Amino acid sequence: MKRLGALKIMRSLRGVMMRYVPLMITCRQFEDFIIDYFEGDLPARQKFEFELHIKVCRECREYLSAYKRAVEVTAKATDIEVPDRGLPEAPEDLVIAILAARKAVG
Amino acid sequence: MSFSQDKESGSGTFKTFNSDRAIAEALSQGSDKVAEEFVRQNSPWMLQVARRILHEESAAEDCVQEAFLSAFSKIDSFENRSTLKTWLHRIVVNKCLMTLRSKRRKAEEQIDDLMPQFDEHTCRIEEPWPRLLSADEICEEKELSEFVRDSIFKLPEISRIVLQLRDIEGWSTAEVADALEISESNVKVRLHRGRSALKNLLEPMMRGHLS
Repeated sequence: MKRLGALKIMRSLRGVMMRYVPLMITCRQFEDFIIDYFEGDLPARQKFEFELHIKVCRECREYLSAYKRAVEVTAKATDIEVPDRGLPEAPEDLVIAILAARKAVG
Repeated sequence: MSFSQDKESGSGTFKTFNSDRAIAEALSQGSDKVAEEFVRQNSPWMLQVARRILHEESAAEDCVQEAFLSAFSKIDSFENRSTLKTWLHRIVVNKCLMTLRSKRRKAEEQIDDLMPQFDEHTCRIEEPWPRLLSADEICEEKELSEFVRDSIFKLPEISRIVLQLRDIEGWSTAEVADALEISESNVKVRLHRGRSALKNLLEPMMRGHLS
């Protein structure tokens, strides 16, 4: 019970610090900046604040790592490289249908 | 992309082309043999792209057929600013998007439950991550790769399409905005929401709870 109370106080203090200390941003603001950070569109000051928040906030730091990992896994698991070789041939009836349709259209 | 001619056998198959422009010209002139080889060479990867977006085999085949017909009819407009393959890739993706738009869709499902959570002090609520599997560790396991692909299809359609076009097909924000007829800022918002939701769906796996 005491530990829970201490954790609650710490979170409250951290929330106050992130709202009122210069150059600190809240976790919600951090969330809003994520996409622009990855796109390289954050202005210098906001980028500094974003990277400072990563250093001081365990939750956002780990969230961001998991977020990035999810993006990497998405690309890897869905074979984003379209190979020129190695794929099975398209069904023959599809190829025939395409060529026939091409002839019909002229 | 080039095709070789068997000059010795005299079978008269097709010429050797040294550029996409040359292939496009041969197609424009109506060469049946070049058209057949063009379809056979490109249909496998185009079908793979269509399957990724539509998740439905017959719809994917229809889109590929329409994409080829569109390519044949517009071949004169191929300007060599990109490769022929990149040009075809855009055509088949756009055909898939048209198919999705034409289907009667359910109202956009809410994904708020999958969004990050914050407490009353605006601090993020995120359980510690003692372990975070690498992308290689995850994708080495066939079941886990399938879990990722199935999770993507649990996303609401618009967020899923934006995520697929950006993170899987590699389109720019401007290209996605143009194809979906939404603003670039809307693309970014939907992309971020899609990624956040996907992170949430993949969390048990990334923590190593499913391996």
